[in-house]
Amino acid sequence: MIRLTDVHKSFGENAVLRGVDLHVPRDESMVVIGGSGTGKSVLIKSVLGLVTPERGTITVDGRPVDQGDRDAFLARFGMLFQGAALFDSLPVWQNVAFRLLRGALRRPRDEARAIAIEKLRRVGLGPDVADRLPAELSGGMQKRVGLARAIAAEPEIIFFDEPTTGLDPIMAGVINDLIREIVSEMGATAITITHDMTSARAIADRVAMLHGGKIRWTGPVADLDASGDPYVEQFIHGRADGPIKAVR
Amino acid sequence: MIGAALASVGGAVLALLAALGRLTLFTGQTLSHLLRPPFYGREFALALVQIGYFSLPVVGLTALFTGGALALQIYAGGARFSAEAVVPQIVAIGMVRELGPVLVGLMIAARVTSSIAAEIATMKVTEQIDALVTLSTHPMKYLTLPRVLAATLVMPLLVGVGDVIGIFGGYLVGTERLGFNAAAYIRNTADFLEPLDIVSSLVKGAAFGFIAALMGCYYGMHSNRGAMGVGRATKSSVVAAAVLILAANFILTEAFFSA
Ligand SMILES: Nc1ncnc2c1ncn2[C@@H]1O[C@H](COP(=O)(O)OP(=O)(O)OP(=O)(O)O)[C@@H](O)[C@H]1O
Ligand SMILES: [Mg+2]
Repeated sequence: MIRLTDVHKSFGENAVLRGVDLHVPRDESMVVIGGSGTGKSVLIKSVLGLVTPERGTITVDGRPVDQGDRDAFLARFGMLFQGAALFDSLPVWQNVAFRLLRGALRRPRDEARAIAIEKLRRVGLGPDVADRLPAELSGGMQKRVGLARAIAAEPEIIFFDEPTTGLDPIMAGVINDLIREIVSEMGATAITITHDMTSARAIADRVAMLHGGKIRWTGPVADLDASGDPYVEQFIHGRADGPIKAVR
Repeated sequence: MIGAALASVGGAVLALLAALGRLTLFTGQTLSHLLRPPFYGREFALALVQIGYFSLPVVGLTALFTGGALALQIYAGGARFSAEAVVPQIVAIGMVRELGPVLVGLMIAARVTSSIAAEIATMKVTEQIDALVTLSTHPMKYLTLPRVLAATLVMPLLVGVGDVIGIFGGYLVGTERLGFNAAAYIRNTADFLEPLDIVSSLVKGAAFGFIAALMGCYYGMHSNRGAMGVGRATKSSVVAAAVLILAANFILTEAFFSA
């Protein structure tokens, strides 16, 4: 359903994506792994049009993402940003219910609040945080509010940028289960970026590894341990020596 | 040698034209959202309160002291031609035509432009603007339009208040320090001011409000990354707003009063 073909993106001299080809089938959970700074966040932002690639095509359901009605296009997506990106002037529940309080998906305020509190519960946050401001929460709590916001309007396609970084192992487990549940029960298509291999194994149907501006390897999660690719081997076992250099 | 000098002048001119082009485009985009639903009423109301209501104290104080000082200066200057009696008239015309709108405009540039620029720039560097987009909300519609519209509509009111308080400052000094008769001071002021003076004052207010909010939004939206980016955006927005307000003031004065 999401297809990237020969996508290039550089920032000045820094060529980040150098010909990325990737296909994410409908209703599947794709996990993207890769070293810090290899362009994983840039990759998903270019699907959403937040970053414009210099070359290559990105299509969703066969339609180029830069054509057609942008509002209708974005309405299908949910996104958790790496830094949560909560609106700091709005209380937590209004962040979560942002989409439900305005525009095409608008609901009555009480209903929007009830949905927000339910979504907060699903990411392990109690109703007492609903009226706090984002700045009053810890980093991991902010991340979970961002997650609740991403899933609040039940989008068909969801991007999670490092959903479990900064969470304790138990909470990370809760979030892994939640993402898995969203894909299998709500029938969503997901792309998750993570460095956490436990999380990757728990969430993924397929895994893709980004390295050197290209997709180095992609395959079903079951093949991850037998990929035969020295880069993937080094990455999943976290070895210091191997083809991937420590200083990049 | 001459070539290099010419090239640098040419480069600067090109950069200026490019900036002008970007600004024009930005203005056009902002205004185009006026015609396309939805309209974010809540954001607009908040901006009205932030820009209008909370600016009243600073506007009042600025105008009060300026009106008072103006009265003292006109009295001292007028005394050289034995024309002390013109204090009420000149205070009125000076406040309403020039000082009211300009000083209120500059105070708004300091208070409102800077805070808009810092807020939007911070939202940009923390990816909140990107988040808005992914939540199907156009940042220009949600952030820029309500602020620009609110500033344009509320600034004539602020300038009006500033004019009245400025004249009142002159009146206080005139009657308490300079020995003017209270009733005569008010009568002279009222008789002397013409509708055009007041209209020009309010039109200037609207124009300066538009400039102040637009500059805050423009520099905020084009901020670079990091804390330094936010700082630079804030500084540039205030400088640009102040200079443009003074330039616009000259153009509007020319348009209203040179005949
Ligand atoms: N807006 C931008 N302007 C300039 N350079 C950028 C911008 N966004 C990303 N980059 C650069 O692109 C490269 C990839 O960044 P990206 O955020 O995609 O990395 P990442 O793979 O998500 O890393 P991490 O795992 O640490 O989050 C980095 O070198 C970064 O400096
Ligand atoms: Mg990243």
